[in-house]
Order: sequence, then C-alpha cells, then structure tokens
Amino acid sequence: MSIEVNGKTLETDEEGYLADLNQWEPGCADVMAAIDDTVLNENHWEVINFLREYYEEYQIAPAVRVLTKAIGKKLGKDKGNSKYLYELFPYGPGKQACKYAGLPKPTGCV
Amino acid sequence: MAILHTVNKSPFERDALKACVRMASKGSSVLMIEDGVYGATKGTTASNMVTDAMKDVNFYVLSADLKARGVDESRLIEGIKVVNYSDFVNLTVENDKVQSWL
Amino acid sequence: MSETKKFLFVNRKAPYGTIYAWESLEVVLISAAFEQDARMAFIDDGVYQIAKGQDTSELGIKNFSPTYNALGDYDINKIYVEKESLEARGLTVDDLLPLTYEDEDDDWAEKDSIKVVSSAELAELMDQSDVILSF
Repeated sequence: MSIEVNGKTLETDEEGYLADLNQWEPGCADVMAAIDDTVLNENHWEVINFLREYYEEYQIAPAVRVLTKAIGKKLGKDKGNSKYLYELFPYGPGKQACKYAGLPKPTGCV
Repeated sequence: MAILHTVNKSPFERDALKACVRMASKGSSVLMIEDGVYGATKGTTASNMVTDAMKDVNFYVLSADLKARGVDESRLIEGIKVVNYSDFVNLTVENDKVQSWL
Repeated sequence: MSETKKFLFVNRKAPYGTIYAWESLEVVLISAAFEQDARMAFIDDGVYQIAKGQDTSELGIKNFSPTYNALGDYDINKIYVEKESLEARGLTVDDLLPLTYEDEDDDWAEKDSIKVVSSAELAELMDQSDVILSF
C-alpha cells in the first residue's frame, strides 16, 4: 500500500502506517486523515506534534495510558483525558494519532 | 606469519577473548569488535588478562562499537588503539590471515 | 483485569550483539500497558543495556537506550542492578542512565528508579515474584 503526498508516493503497511518514518512530512497527516474522512484542526495537530516529540525523545510511540497522562501534564487536565482524545481520534488516540504522526503502532497496542 | 585475531563476544559472557589471548603469538594483533569491545575496558575481571597479553600482542578496538555501547575512550586499558572501519580493513590487509573468535 | 501479578524481567545480555535486550524492553512495555506490576533486573552483561552515552549512529542501527527513560511513564520504577555485576565490569551507578519516575503519592516528586542490590537481595526478589521472564 502507499499514499500520495505532494507528488511523492510513500509506502505504508497494510494498516496504513508509514513504512519509513523519516519520510514523514505534515502533508502525510492530512492525506491519512482524508482517507478516514477527517479534517485535521489545531487540536489534532497538538497531539500529533506531541507524539512526534515523544518519539524523538524516547524512540517509542507511547501507550494510550501513558499518552493521556503525558498530555494532561503538558497541555492541561481538560485535554489529558480519554474522552477528549477519543473525540479527536475516534479510532483510538494511540493508533490513529500515531499513524498520522508517521510513527509505528504504539508498543503494547493490539 | 602475522595473524589478525578478531573477538566479537563479551569476555564476561563467553571465553572467546580468553581463548584468543591463549593462542595469539608474539607480534600478532587482536581487534575487539561488537560486544568484544567490553574486553578493552579497565578495572574489570578481564583487564589483567588483556594487560598481560599486551606485552606480546597489539590490541585494537573498533570505535563505532565503543560509541554504540557508550564506552568512553577514557575507560579503555592504556595502550589499546582505537581504530575506525578503514583501519579495520588495513589491518586485515597488513596481516597474512584473519582468525575470528566467535 | 482480574489479578495483578508481580513480573520480574531478568536481563543478562549486552544491548546490541543480540536482540534480547530490545525484545525484553518491548515485552516490559507491553506488560505495563496491561497494568501488571513489572520490575526489571539487570545482571551480568545486562547492566550494559542501561549504560550512559550510547550512540549507534555509525552502526546504522536503532539506539533504543532513550526508551529506558520512558519506563517511569509506564509506572515501571523498580529497576534492580546487581552490585557484583557492576563491580566485575569496573562500573558504578554513575555510569548508568539516571532513570527516574514521578511519585504520584508524594506530590509527583522525581525519584530514582534504579536500586543497586546484592546477589542475595536479588535472589530474594526472584522468590517474591509470581512470574520471572529471562532475556
């Protein structure tokens, strides 16, 4: 499988995760979201950017529980809860947001 | 007949370094690579074995493998030379043969 | 989750020569995601896994040592390192990553996760564990 981003063809796995995370650019997230009939707003981007920073620092995509706690600490309690994150990413904040961010599926995610 | 011996196992887990040191004759060279680089650090239970062998044998250790494992050069036994990949190639060329201790 | 078990992950291999270290770390993170009580022990060459200053850029393989810093986020804050293994390798706790966690019951104070223990203490920890997984 693959996606088209700004005229480039980028390879993905069967679930739509980017094969090479170094190929990620912001346009990837928009293209992937469009496939899910989603238009990304700044709240989505806040989480996507957070995930990319987390990966940069720890070299893993965090589990949902860890993500929720860490978002709460960084962006405030009104955002660090499952309800808020699931509203933004109904397919699961771990799975869906990590995919848009170009990261692998979170470790421990089934 | 000069031989280059390579050791790629930690001296604390396998006896590759011990066997190598026993067999390395005067004038030969030992290059520590991969997990073998732990054998180049000082203050360990294997350090004396290496220090003794250094009277007759030249010891080298591969820089990239040291860095990967976070082994700072300040922790190496004095006299062991740090080499890069092209030095590795030169060592294999300069010696008549290569013996790998796995 | 009906029951929480005490898992002890015993790590005995150096990080890059074999795949054991990374496999262990992945299983640890997975078990923590299922809210099990996971502890880690580093003995023998396993102590090298959490050595400071790892840089694999010249090898072209992934440096997973930063991931150990995330263990605190996963509530894995009991990390035991065997004293005898450190000494045999000329290492002290200062040569290891400064792994910490934030203690929820103590106003999120940052605390050290690593505890240097003797072989005897480690044997006792193994006795107290429900499940021991070796890597």
